Amino acid sequence: MKMPSEYDTRDNLYPGHMACAGCGEVLGLKLVLQAVERKAISVVVPSCLGIMLGPFPHATFKIPAFHGAFETAASSAAGISNALLAQGDEDTVVIALAGDGGTTDIGFQALSGAADRNENIIYCCFDNEAYMNTGIQSSSSTPQLAWTATTPLGKPLKKKNMVEIMGAHEIPYCASACACFPDDLRRKVTEARKIRGMKYIHILSPCPTGWRYPESLTANIGRLAVETKYYPLYEIRNGQEYTITHQPKNLPVGDYLLAQGRFKHLVQRDLDTIQEQVDKKWDELTKRESRNRSE
Amino acid sequence: MRMFLTGNHAAAYGARLARPQVIAAYPITPQSPIYEKLSEWDGQGVLGARMMRVESEHSAMAACISASLTGVRTFTATASQGLALMHELLHFASGMRVPIVLVNVNRSMAGPWSFWSEQTDSLSQRDTGWLQFYVADNQEALDTVIQAFKISETVLLPTIVVLEAFYISHFMEPVEVPDQRLIDEFLPPFEPPFKLDTDNPASFCQVVSQSQYAEFRIQRHMAMEDALEVAEVVDKEYRERFGRGYGLLECYRLEDADTVLVTAATIGSTARVAIDALREEGRKVGMVRIRLFRPFPKAKLIEALKHAKKIAVIDRNLSPGQEGVFCEELKSALYSRINGIPVFGFVLGLGGTNVSPLHIKKVFDIAEKMNDTPLKPIVNIEDEDALGI
Repeated sequence: MKMPSEYDTRDNLYPGHMACAGCGEVLGLKLVLQAVERKAISVVVPSCLGIMLGPFPHATFKIPAFHGAFETAASSAAGISNALLAQGDEDTVVIALAGDGGTTDIGFQALSGAADRNENIIYCCFDNEAYMNTGIQSSSSTPQLAWTATTPLGKPLKKKNMVEIMGAHEIPYCASACACFPDDLRRKVTEARKIRGMKYIHILSPCPTGWRYPESLTANIGRLAVETKYYPLYEIRNGQEYTITHQPKNLPVGDYLLAQGRFKHLVQRDLDTIQEQVDKKWDELTKRESRNRSE
Repeated sequence: MRMFLTGNHAAAYGARLARPQVIAAYPITPQSPIYEKLSEWDGQGVLGARMMRVESEHSAMAACISASLTGVRTFTATASQGLALMHELLHFASGMRVPIVLVNVNRSMAGPWSFWSEQTDSLSQRDTGWLQFYVADNQEALDTVIQAFKISETVLLPTIVVLEAFYISHFMEPVEVPDQRLIDEFLPPFEPPFKLDTDNPASFCQVVSQSQYAEFRIQRHMAMEDALEVAEVVDKEYRERFGRGYGLLECYRLEDADTVLVTAATIGSTARVAIDALREEGRKVGMVRIRLFRPFPKAKLIEALKHAKKIAVIDRNLSPGQEGVFCEELKSALYSRINGIPVFGFVLGLGGTNVSPLHIKKVFDIAEKMNDTPLKPIVNIEDEDALGI
């Protein structure tokens, strides 16, 4: 399938990014950078993104990039945003690019602070659901029961719900997205560019290396995450206005989970429990969406 | 204009006069009055900088680094735990060669909790690649902040200007606040050689190879060595324009002095009083106050101390298991060039305890009675028996 031609000339990544074959994160990165276009400055923090940025003196980003400290994606981006405003530049987009560890764990405080101050940045969390760059260690974004190198029996705790947490900061724009829904992802980044203040986009990034599935299946895995309602695609504006941006096909969660080696130990009882949780959360989400429709 | 200012407010005036474009700060005792004063000016619309009220010192330093990478002048202030929280990023700042100026109000490190003066917070940042100035009064605080911007932007390394908790931060003195126009002539806008710029895109702080890393490290060291001369030139120019200069060291009554006290910060200003009194009694004593700690002015110290017969050092800091940091650094400097001068290292004033002229007189008394460099720091000046004198 050919990409829509309007984006062909917008590519902001040079070839040679050094990500794994089948990487869902670099696909998301490519789409995000296409949508921010050229007048943008990026902050990258340690994660697989740092590998994709390339080793000195080479660089894969066509826009300026600063590879800062692990926990500073939001604070570094905010520093750039303020410096640009101090120089009278209100047009340049400042985008923070971080992994799930850098966002939900070590960088959480700085992110919450930036959201609280409504900094004029777009923050993208590329969520491959574990510390993949350092191996496959569990993060607070690793889903319950998933195998990682530090949760060999499956993670006992639930995944931190970052979209709802950022929504609760009542920032102007917050969204979930996935590289396997490219038009939806690019539209959300384009939407974020139009809004002043803090924007947060959480991007599910299937990872064949860490999730243990064949690298040719990345697009399928990401689509299954959404079509099973396991990972709904939606937006929250100002902490209140919910919009579901893709109506899932309501496939059973087992279709998504059992396609991955990290969940291969799950038994029917586990699948039933997860299905129940997913259905319940979907109900809550649709209620929130219909609540703002009725208002 | 002559004003009656605390050291914190003197430093804040220095920062404002330097016209930073981004300031990021977080409150901490005893630094908070700097942050409050800058915020007050921001509220009045006279600050001229964007004020970032961040959620931690870590984010303050992160924001200063990335803001500076876009080519703006940046300032922050902190103390103690806040400086320690910034530690990781202090390495980033010098490695990225961003000329941030940071005022650190020296405060003891927990635990247990303490709020008073001690230099261990800033001296623990010795190896981060930041210049470090230790000042002795409020006027010097203001002047050094302004000088620091010029030095930092010349050598492309960041600077910490250190004020002592309460002895300077909250103590009021008459301070000459220079005219903005004269400061603007002294300190032109910051123009970095490289910056984050969408018209000329580049990636900063990427992963490098072993040999590339080694090269970056050596370059940082070379810049630090250059800073010795630059700091002196800038201080001289400042003296010519504003009538005040301080040198890298303050040498006080060193002529014919047999026993020389080496110290830093406000213990130096107290020592002037003690030395004047001892000179009245005919004692041949003098002082070297170390103002610039990084880069360490070795050659100047060796020159200043070459006629001394004995050296006493007072450190308001302690590296547990070793000794006071200024003493250790001084011995290292002397070792190569001056052999045989005994050096007596005193650790006094920890946790902000008072070091009075009487204490300093006692230090001279002990140094004059002792002969050999002790293996341990002298922490108790009252118990002469324990010292074997």
